[in-house]
Amino acid sequence: MWPTRLALALVFVLLVTAPFLVSEYYVEILIVLLINTLLASSYRLVTTTGDWSLCHVVLMGAGAYATALIAKLLGWNFWVSLPLAGLAAAVVGLSVVYPLLRTKGFGFFIGSFAVGEFVRLTWVKFHNPFGGPRGMIGIPTPELGTIDFFFATPYYFLTLIVVLLSLWILFRIDRAPLVGDVMKAIYMDEELAQSVGVDVSRYRAIAFMTGAFFAGIAGVLLAHRLGAIDPHNFDINTMVYLVIWVVVGGTKTFWGPIIGVVVMTFIFEWSRPLLEWRPLLFGGILIFFLIFMPGGLESLGTKARSWWSARQSRSPADTPGGTPRPAPSEPGE
Amino acid sequence: MAMLEITDVSKHFGGVAAVDSLSLSVEQGEIRGIIGPNGAGKTTLFNVISGALAPSSGTIVFDGRTVSRLGSSKIAALGLVRTFQRVALFHDFSVLRNVMVARHMHGRQGLFGAVFRASGSLVRANERRAREILEFIGLEGAAEELARNLPHGHQRALGVAIALAAEPRLLMLDEPVAGMNPAETAEMTRTIRRLKTELGMTILLVEHDMRTVMGVCEQITVLDFGRKIAEGGPEAISEDPKVIEAYLGAEDFAA
Repeated sequence: MWPTRLALALVFVLLVTAPFLVSEYYVEILIVLLINTLLASSYRLVTTTGDWSLCHVVLMGAGAYATALIAKLLGWNFWVSLPLAGLAAAVVGLSVVYPLLRTKGFGFFIGSFAVGEFVRLTWVKFHNPFGGPRGMIGIPTPELGTIDFFFATPYYFLTLIVVLLSLWILFRIDRAPLVGDVMKAIYMDEELAQSVGVDVSRYRAIAFMTGAFFAGIAGVLLAHRLGAIDPHNFDINTMVYLVIWVVVGGTKTFWGPIIGVVVMTFIFEWSRPLLEWRPLLFGGILIFFLIFMPGGLESLGTKARSWWSARQSRSPADTPGGTPRPAPSEPGE
Repeated sequence: MAMLEITDVSKHFGGVAAVDSLSLSVEQGEIRGIIGPNGAGKTTLFNVISGALAPSSGTIVFDGRTVSRLGSSKIAALGLVRTFQRVALFHDFSVLRNVMVARHMHGRQGLFGAVFRASGSLVRANERRAREILEFIGLEGAAEELARNLPHGHQRALGVAIALAAEPRLLMLDEPVAGMNPAETAEMTRTIRRLKTELGMTILLVEHDMRTVMGVCEQITVLDFGRKIAEGGPEAISEDPKVIEAYLGAEDFAA
């Protein structure tokens, strides 16, 4: 366990010192990176039951629109609207997933796209209150005492705290033997899960709603940073990026999607000079991973570990009869 | 009143009656065997009782409650739990985790409990019970092994442990010794007997292997073409001319 702890401590130190080491431009990128980390991690929770949704980004949008409406119509501040908008996204999530529970696999995938577009198009069509295709502007910056969150560094730390807290909650849910494990069990063998009394629809709905809540939180953080949102922010393009992140990282472990977001964000930044070629590049990366590394980057870790343990078990006695054990690839490791 | 009362149950697939107005009752504490040649409707009957399939007609009453229109997870929650003919496991979990996750009904954690550790003692109690079940089944030594790495016999035993984790009052075993070697079969037969003698479990057993059925069941129901053709103790059944006729050519019955 200590290598993981050490790595986490190192990442934490890096996260805290980062805004003082890089330019303001990169701090802005780091803010978006943190927000996307939460988006990807919340998406993973939904996928643990086997439901690959195509409307997760729309649920992020629901959080963003909710906080914009709360700020502009009610005039409530960021700190109140952060949890409220998250709840609003969860409610939208529930109403979206309710009809979808009758479907699974490919049906769920396509169905979620349809209901997601339905929600998104209401923002396009209803100028009042959503602002139509041009969206909503003038979303206020959060305020707290004398701290001015207009500047990148304070907002970075605000985002960091909210995102780390959210990730910790998602991590706890994932590790809970009677919650996260039940969701994974549904994915592994739905029929068996039902035979021991698991109400599959209930757990799928819980996973989807909880994922929606944290996607909504990510949406709130994004809306208050951008100051303006429009329906385009949450369309299928962004959703495809989200899918690429989690495919590149893998979804079997908690860390996979996070690794995916970080790596792909760097590639995204470095490929700025190749602007026109970017969709081709990202498509190529997606295909590469689907064909040659379907487990994602996280699978490199388990492969390395099994190679190491096979080496270790072979070296002392060189037992010819002992079969080498496959990778200890427990989900949530 | 019997623990499980099946009255006039039929299941049609198109024009085919896989189960044809079948009545059956299982008393508390009994080990009841259901046998029949291939395609006799045993597995369909099993799926109907466990709620995986809805019956076309008839009623199933478990412990005084009508369960014939309930879904499989609700039926399991009432204490009527099945195992599978196939190797049904949560393959990527350790043996212990397989049993623990199957106990979710008996220790709902909830999201808040999961996040804020409010349910630590609950999880510990669950783990204790899961280890007891593994000890009963004889898998305590393999608790940390990954389920997919177990030998076939142990995988089937784990399937029974998973069902026990749901704390059933009536356990339905679907061909528990299918594909096992003689040693594994003997071990599983012993386990089934101990389920009754030590835990007082009521068992409904579908099995192909005659030796196992004759060895553990007190009452046997014989199906053919979805209908009940005989019922009684092992000796009476093995001498029943209708049963012998149904099995004619099936050499394993002679064993």
